[in-house]
Amino acid sequence: MKKTYKIDVDCANCANLMETEAKKTSGVKDAVVNFMTLKMKVEFDDGVDVREVMERVRENCKRVEKDCEIFL
Amino acid sequence: MNAKQKKNLARIIIAAVLLIALNFVEISGVTRFIFYLVPYLIVGYDILFKALHGLKNLRALDESLLMTIATVGAFALAIHDDGDYNEAIAVMLFYQIGEWFQSYAVGRSRKNISELMDIRPDFANVETAGGIVRVDPDEVEVGTEIVVQPGEKIPIDGVVVEGNSTLNTIALTGESLPREVGEGSEVISGCINLNGVLKIRTTKEFGESTASKILELVEDASSRKSKSEDFIAKFARIYTPAVVGCALALAIIPPIFTGDFGTWIYRALIFLVISCPCALVISIPLSFFAGIGGASREGILIKGSNFLETLSKVQTVVMDKTGTLTQGIFEVDAVHSKNLHFDAEKLLHLAAHVERYSTHPIANSLRKAYPNERDDCTVENVEEIAGRGIRATINGQVVCVGNEKFMDELGAAWKACYKVGTVIHVAVNGEYAGHVVISDALKPHAKKSVADMKISGVEKIFMLTGDSEKIASKVAAELGIENYRSELLPADKVTEFEKILSASTGKVAFVGDGINDAPVLSRADVGIAMGALGSDAAIEAADVVLMDDDPLKISRAIKISRRCLAIVKQNICFAVGVKFACLILGAVGLANMWAAIFADVGVMILAVLNAIRTLVIPK
Repeated sequence: MKKTYKIDVDCANCANLMETEAKKTSGVKDAVVNFMTLKMKVEFDDGVDVREVMERVRENCKRVEKDCEIFL
Repeated sequence: MNAKQKKNLARIIIAAVLLIALNFVEISGVTRFIFYLVPYLIVGYDILFKALHGLKNLRALDESLLMTIATVGAFALAIHDDGDYNEAIAVMLFYQIGEWFQSYAVGRSRKNISELMDIRPDFANVETAGGIVRVDPDEVEVGTEIVVQPGEKIPIDGVVVEGNSTLNTIALTGESLPREVGEGSEVISGCINLNGVLKIRTTKEFGESTASKILELVEDASSRKSKSEDFIAKFARIYTPAVVGCALALAIIPPIFTGDFGTWIYRALIFLVISCPCALVISIPLSFFAGIGGASREGILIKGSNFLETLSKVQTVVMDKTGTLTQGIFEVDAVHSKNLHFDAEKLLHLAAHVERYSTHPIANSLRKAYPNERDDCTVENVEEIAGRGIRATINGQVVCVGNEKFMDELGAAWKACYKVGTVIHVAVNGEYAGHVVISDALKPHAKKSVADMKISGVEKIFMLTGDSEKIASKVAAELGIENYRSELLPADKVTEFEKILSASTGKVAFVGDGINDAPVLSRADVGIAMGALGSDAAIEAADVVLMDDDPLKISRAIKISRRCLAIVKQNICFAVGVKFACLILGAVGLANMWAAIFADVGVMILAVLNAIRTLVIPK
């Protein structure tokens, strides 16, 4: 399953860092962060709790970039 | 400017003013240090907090942490020598200016591009028993009748059931010529209704309508990353650790031999200032985003940064003939009567009558060439003979219209024509009367488009067609296309294209009308579909979609992509070049902290300004 989320982040490199972190999160099959449109597209593994996975994605992203936000 | 940008700008200005003022105040010792600390903290407190956050999470290469080490280090050196605090504060100040500028520039171009693509309809007027109600277009069901007032955007694709008007399609096609619509016309969302009130029965849901599809496509485009972006992302991952590693080595190894810790630590700090990869990382996606946005304003939709990149490397363009270079509409080119007894007008008149009931494209063009076909002549006993032609009795005369075989069977002595095209012979009462030549007209810009493509560096242009060798060679010669393949069945087009693909070294683009060439479109490095406005299949199959069917857009698209990629390359070379130059000069002691600030912030600002250039498409 794929879902798109609005995000907020200030710099392009931070957006790349977020993408790397999101990809590493378990339950996430693939993730693409588009800095220009401020969107994160996440493809989930089958049968995961999307909400719970996204909470972890957000936590991981915040660890690398304090000022970022993912609107769930 | 948003609230955050305003606040940060205020901090930058206050700190800068304070810093300048302090340079005119006579103070010394600890008091001086404390006074200078004030602007530093004003402009850099958030960076210091972020650095602590990074430290807590064991992120040694956090950008804020590196900036903090660089500035605190510079402060420490200045305290040690009782020297100049300006440099340390300037590093933080300019770093913040850079961040602010980046945020502002990116915000502006986001806004610009969304304004360019201002085709999202906000509401739909639905007619109900209680009058007209304004609703969210998302809630309108298929088959609902909606009313569009002059000046409003058509919210959903549909068919006009009442009213006449002209539509402005500029936001969709980049073409300013208005389009006339009346009862029964199909209309697409995103067009602006100019003068009359239109009542439209919707044929699609909002999400499936043209405007929504285009917006989705353009917004998603920059998510498909190009090779340049991947390269920079990888480069950034190696660059920062490498520069930080060098900085450490510089701070520790040389002073072991020379003992001059102050100088070498200063040089190491210069390295830390240059270690931020931001200039590179921001300018590349910004260039692509602006390039895609600028192209879409011209009615050229590029479905991904990767396709923009491939398009710029196209060396071979393969084009379908019918519908791409020619109009796909057959027109009467010449009428040749056999003798003076039948003049051309009369011949056309008879032929048009015979074809009255036929729906064949040739019949349509004959009737079009003789507009007042339905006059008082009697047309009887119309009989269609498959693979031959049509026979009918007109005013008592038996008129046969068809191909050579038909004439042979009638025993009419037909003549071949010197003109190239489809030749329709006419016989009256078994006697040969003459023929009509029908050909597919070239599009007005077809020749210029081919010439433009050659100018923009396309090396080879191929034309594929199902038409006869004779027609193909004539069209190719007229347009200046050296290579063509004729008499191809739809399946042959794919094999023929694959041959061209394997024989060429550069990237190969295919241009078609997207109707029956989807397999070829998807085989190409870049598939370009034209005249795709309203055709979902073409939008689906192609990588680049030209909204109208002007072939000039092909060369425009190639030009835009080449310009965008040139800017991307300039930025990569410039940013990497300046950074490396400053690193080398810094290591040998020829560059000071100010040069490092330029390599970090100055380069970023220049790269961003250069990237924004892609948004402006030269004529």
